[in-house]
Amino acid sequence: MPSEKVLMRGSDTLAEAAVRAGCRYFFGYPITPQNELPEYLSWRLPEVGGTFIQAESEVSAINMVLGAAAAGARALTSSSSPGVSLKQEGISYLAGQELPAVIANMMRGGPGLGNIAASAADYFQATRGGAHGDYRTPVLAPDSCQELAELTFTAFDLADKYRTPVMLLGDGLIGQVMEPVVLPDPIDPADLPPKDYIVDGCAGREPRAIFSMLLGQQGELMQHNFKLQAKYDEITANELRWDEYLIEDAEIIAVAYGSASRIIRAAVDELRAEGIKAGLFRPITLWPYPKQALRDLAKSDVKIAVFELSAGQMVEDVMLSVGERAEIDFYGVPGGVIPTPADAAAFLRSSLAGDGKVGRRIAI
Amino acid sequence: MSEAAYKQVFRRPESLKDVPTHYCPGCGHSVAHRLVAEVLDEMGLREQTIGVPPVGCAVLAYNYFNFDMVEAPHGRALAVATGVKRVLPDKFVLTYQGDGDLAAIGTAETIHAANRGENISCIFINNAIYGMTGGQMAPTTLIGGTSTTTPGGRDASRDGKPIDISQMLAVCDGTVFIERCTLNSFKGVKKAKKAIRKCFQAQVDGLGFGLVELLSPCPTNMKQTPQQAWEFIDNEMMATFPLGVIKDTTGYED
Ligand SMILES: Cc1ncc(C[n+]2csc(CCOP(=O)(O)OP(=O)(O)O)c2C)c(N)n1
Ligand code: SF4
Repeated sequence: MPSEKVLMRGSDTLAEAAVRAGCRYFFGYPITPQNELPEYLSWRLPEVGGTFIQAESEVSAINMVLGAAAAGARALTSSSSPGVSLKQEGISYLAGQELPAVIANMMRGGPGLGNIAASAADYFQATRGGAHGDYRTPVLAPDSCQELAELTFTAFDLADKYRTPVMLLGDGLIGQVMEPVVLPDPIDPADLPPKDYIVDGCAGREPRAIFSMLLGQQGELMQHNFKLQAKYDEITANELRWDEYLIEDAEIIAVAYGSASRIIRAAVDELRAEGIKAGLFRPITLWPYPKQALRDLAKSDVKIAVFELSAGQMVEDVMLSVGERAEIDFYGVPGGVIPTPADAAAFLRSSLAGDGKVGRRIAI
Repeated sequence: MSEAAYKQVFRRPESLKDVPTHYCPGCGHSVAHRLVAEVLDEMGLREQTIGVPPVGCAVLAYNYFNFDMVEAPHGRALAVATGVKRVLPDKFVLTYQGDGDLAAIGTAETIHAANRGENISCIFINNAIYGMTGGQMAPTTLIGGTSTTTPGGRDASRDGKPIDISQMLAVCDGTVFIERCTLNSFKGVKKAKKAIRKCFQAQVDGLGFGLVELLSPCPTNMKQTPQQAWEFIDNEMMATFPLGVIKDTTGYED
């Protein structure tokens, strides 16, 4: 079916894009603010011969995904912050067993039960590996429904290509907002390349086992870890994604991802209209982080202004990227309160003036 | 002398790999493995089977079973099996779980998979103790039973009574066959094999969730000789966990 421009809510966009990316299995447990996503798939998946199961918990849901992935399918689970915390053990197993899966987190305010407003305080959990062991999860952070649709395809492709869980990191805003979207053309799961590691019965071949436990005395687990690290190096070399906006001549570069980038982009436009040379650097892959690209922009006569819907998490990656090459200011609002473009503009002006009125200087 | 005509009457089932296991002498796991393997062979299911081992002493079952297997986190075998079975509804999906795995950390997964009537077969090894982690209290540890975490014996007022998960599952509409058997006697083992066959047949016929609970000796952590471990099952375990068919709506003849 030819794709046309449609008006879609973020959650529905992700759900429909997953179906079009060949995903036929969804397992999840309700949590606000992402309920529209499972609700959409509950009727949409049966239409295409797929399976939707409301699991008894997020723990069960991620392990159903694990089973579906082991059986060779593209599988999705989605949740919001507290539920994603519960999925962590399963994500670590997926990483250790080298199974593909896509996990969507529409972040809300925390810690604890927090609130149901949009927030971005799960950056550490998403990018550092929220569970145990030396593993990494590619993390994709869209800033619009259109990009969400495209990155949903990317997420499934990366998951299969590298045999790894991949996280789509959005928030309550992007989940609820309605925007025009051109959906990617659907692919038939039957056309996806066959997988030579899955368990589907050993007829005509040797039995296979998918496992992460390596007890051998010859350093088998160490070797497995080195193999995983080599894979993460490959992902870092090949899969970095970011967006640059008006940075060529910028004297102040905002760094923000997801919904925060939408807010500060408006502030950048406002400053530009006043003749102030502001720009925006927007990481799309949060892991791997586009460190070198950001480092290349950091000069002594450029201010780096980090803006987050959290108390300050991604700013640590900015510090690792920029070091002492440029001054870094930070402004973040935690707890589900959404700053306005005017707040963001005030931060950029304050950063340029160095008056410390909005946000704070980051000491390296 | 002419060639003797030998007839092979006993051999390793194809569903078991020709490797030594790590199970302790007198452990019920090896017997249970053999029974599962024999039944799969006899039913011609080996090449259709995807097994999910537990985290517990049988965590390495994928090294012993000669069919496809996928590891699950501790307690999550039935969630993983649900994912496998939903993708491959025509294949045979089996979980093999201990009492801690199935009836403590994995209780929610167990009850809900059973309640959904997942068309999956579950082998439940009840040895009334945590084997793998060194003999701590299990949800099925008997009242008064000593373990490394109940040195004075399990106390009902502090620890609750041993949980009878098979009975709990029997009230779920999605379960079609549940039987409790024992591995501590020749007769018991024969009966267990029959129960496993029936349980597996229920899945082949698409009837729903089946489970066979096997009372199983763990001489190592019970600090018993194999002989004492068998007697313990007869004299003590069976009082709390009586043998027999708990639920059977298959309509199969015996
Ligand atoms: C999340 C998690 N918690 C705890 C453990 C440690 N652990 C491994 S096996 C086990 C219990 C095993 O007992 P049981 O399920 O009865 O099986 P058995 O070893 O007796 O066959 C525990 C607590 C773990 N691996 N993962
Ligand atoms: S510790 Fe117990 S359950 Fe584990 S292998 Fe030894 S006898 Fe079997």
